[in-house]
Amino acid sequence: MQTEKSFKSEIFNIIPLTAREKLFHIKICDAYEREKFTFLPGQFVMLELPGCGEVPISISSSISNKDFIELCIRKVGKVTGLLHRLEPGAIVGIRGPFGTHFPMQKMVGCNILLIAGGLGIVPLRSTIYWANEHRSDYKDITILYGAKEPGQILFDYQFEEWHKIFDLKILTIVQNRAENWEGRVGLITDLFDEVPIDPDNTFAIVCGPPVMFKFVFAHLTNVGISRQRMFLSLERRMHCGMGKCCRCNVGSIFTCLDGPVFDYWTVMNLKEAI
Amino acid sequence: MLFRTITKENFKKMVEGLMEENEVIGPKSRDRDKEGNKIYRFLKLNCFDELEMDYTRSYSSPKDYFLPFKEDLATYRLENNGWDQKIHYTIHPRIIIGMRACDINALLKLDQVMLKSAYPNPYYFARRRNTLIIGLDHEPLEDCFCRSMNTDTASHGFDLFLTDIGDRYFAAINSDTAYIVLNRFNAREVREEDQLRYKKVKKQIESKFKTQVDITILPELMDLEFESEVWKKWGDKCLSCGSCAMVCPTCYCYGVEEDIDLSFTQATKRRFLYSCNLIDFATVAGGYNFRPDAHIRLKYRYYHQFRGFEEAFNQSLCVGCNRCGKACPAGISPKAVIDDLIKTEKE
Ligand SMILES: Cc1cc2nc3c(=O)[nH]c(=O)nc-3n(C[C@H](O)[C@H](O)[C@H](O)COP(=O)(O)OP(=O)(O)OC[C@H]3O[C@@H](n4cnc5c(N)ncnc54)[C@H](O)[C@@H]3O)c2cc1C
Ligand code: SF4
Ligand code: SF4
Ligand code: FES
Repeated sequence: MQTEKSFKSEIFNIIPLTAREKLFHIKICDAYEREKFTFLPGQFVMLELPGCGEVPISISSSISNKDFIELCIRKVGKVTGLLHRLEPGAIVGIRGPFGTHFPMQKMVGCNILLIAGGLGIVPLRSTIYWANEHRSDYKDITILYGAKEPGQILFDYQFEEWHKIFDLKILTIVQNRAENWEGRVGLITDLFDEVPIDPDNTFAIVCGPPVMFKFVFAHLTNVGISRQRMFLSLERRMHCGMGKCCRCNVGSIFTCLDGPVFDYWTVMNLKEAI
Repeated sequence: MLFRTITKENFKKMVEGLMEENEVIGPKSRDRDKEGNKIYRFLKLNCFDELEMDYTRSYSSPKDYFLPFKEDLATYRLENNGWDQKIHYTIHPRIIIGMRACDINALLKLDQVMLKSAYPNPYYFARRRNTLIIGLDHEPLEDCFCRSMNTDTASHGFDLFLTDIGDRYFAAINSDTAYIVLNRFNAREVREEDQLRYKKVKKQIESKFKTQVDITILPELMDLEFESEVWKKWGDKCLSCGSCAMVCPTCYCYGVEEDIDLSFTQATKRRFLYSCNLIDFATVAGGYNFRPDAHIRLKYRYYHQFRGFEEAFNQSLCVGCNRCGKACPAGISPKAVIDDLIKTEKE
């Protein structure tokens, strides 16, 4: 039962990624609780800095890493701002995991198309690890990743390794033209002409800012993928993570309990969702 | 359920007996409104005479005793680079006397969210289990529409429920504790004459409901009229003050804040009631607001009450007390809004 009890956890490693994002390696201090802690790709934790506040953050690591979890956090406000000032050794609180997950089992035998915008790559990262660890379960795995500027592309230091080990395709695009950037410039939807989609054998997972959803789903629907085979992760304000505070309520659902992962059919029929 | 009757004299003795050992809460008048009517609140009683059994409607609901406006969820002792968390389930045995059927039904709705869903709320649970509820029948006010909401009677959710049948109360008993207490103060078996009087009183109450609200098609209507001008019409009047949610017996939205004391050794995590009508309810970091306009927030409150909750728990969240209508400085009441919605649908 998840109540207010948070697990004391140690931030033991911090990797700066961009000017705004850092990757935190966090380990639950109590060995028994650490062993018990399991999650699935797409789920999130409530991360607490006692005296400052609590924020929902997607778990970005592999579910088979039992020693620690990785959280990629963008500095945007009070809690995330203070998190960015912490040094290794700091003790934070973790509650969770919460929420629904990407239904990886359902996708067995099919192609997976991952579409991420900006910070949206963060929850998809644990999906990528999953797909790697069950590589023979899936056919083609393709990642389309769009960012504002080249400097904001996350985890690019891992792309090479993902290419090789996971045998997957990553296409990136940035919105603003920049020096030293030889890749494509434009919107994420511009990448669609480079990937042929077999609609009956493809699942899509989409994660990114709200503006992105409409265009991406319109394209995927046109191509003929069933709306129940497209998944997304919704973002809303959260204060409890347990379906009580209503801050994350959309139409008739709670993003923290019924989501954050939904299929497109459900979200399409939810008032105010996208 | 068992039935007994207790004389008013013995009831007084019973309440006084309970007061000796417990905190007893009941309706008291505190103030008068502009028209000179008494304003009631559920407050701690010091003696029996403070209890006003003929009260009409309390300004805010007894919800405060289950979901207080503010409560500490946890405190932390901070040490160099570490902390210790202490969690408080405030367990405070209480007796609440005089709760209306609608307010008891409101608690049952809150139970759905707080106890019967994933992640039960232990703070609420502790209070709910440690509160003895003595309900009381009453005649409806002009603007009560609890009958339309099916919440004008309560069959569970209380320990004892009283109906005034003259010199005595007709008592429905729902818990062993209540049964024992009642017997200690000479309750007697129900006689035929008591039962007749009880039925008569019930009929009388029933005949006095004036306000009706048609809620049968509301869930569907909420979707059909999502873009309706009605929301703008009423929403533009809304001051986004949140009073409606504060007085509502079922509104449970909240916020959490943490703060640290000046010595940097103690921190507190606090829950406080919030309202979806407040402007920053859905604002996320960076300033993006999912519900930027007053009318969108107003619509959302109705949508949650009559559509969202309905989908989750097969019932609407509103119990028809019209406290929100009375408290609203802009004169927005559920009846007016719903009537308007139904009217546009028919046009
Ligand atoms: C399911 C989910 C997963 C997320 N995963 C990540 C992630 O992996 N990495 C990351 O950097 N960010 C993630 N976010 C966004 C992150 O939660 C917010 O950036 C963060 O809450 C901002 O907190 P703050 O105190 O710094 O900002 P402030 O603006 O000071 O916010 C005050 C409080 O409002 C609430 N709040 C504000 N914005 C948000 C928001 N966008 N979402 C939820 N609550 C909010 C929080 O309770 C916060 O403490 C995720 C959000 C959700 C809903
Ligand atoms: S009438 Fe108003 S205050 Fe009473 S339950 Fe319904 S919404 Fe809440
Ligand atoms: S009380 Fe009235 S004015 Fe205030 S938020 Fe509620 S509906 Fe709006
Ligand atoms: S975060 Fe509180 S209800 Fe979802």
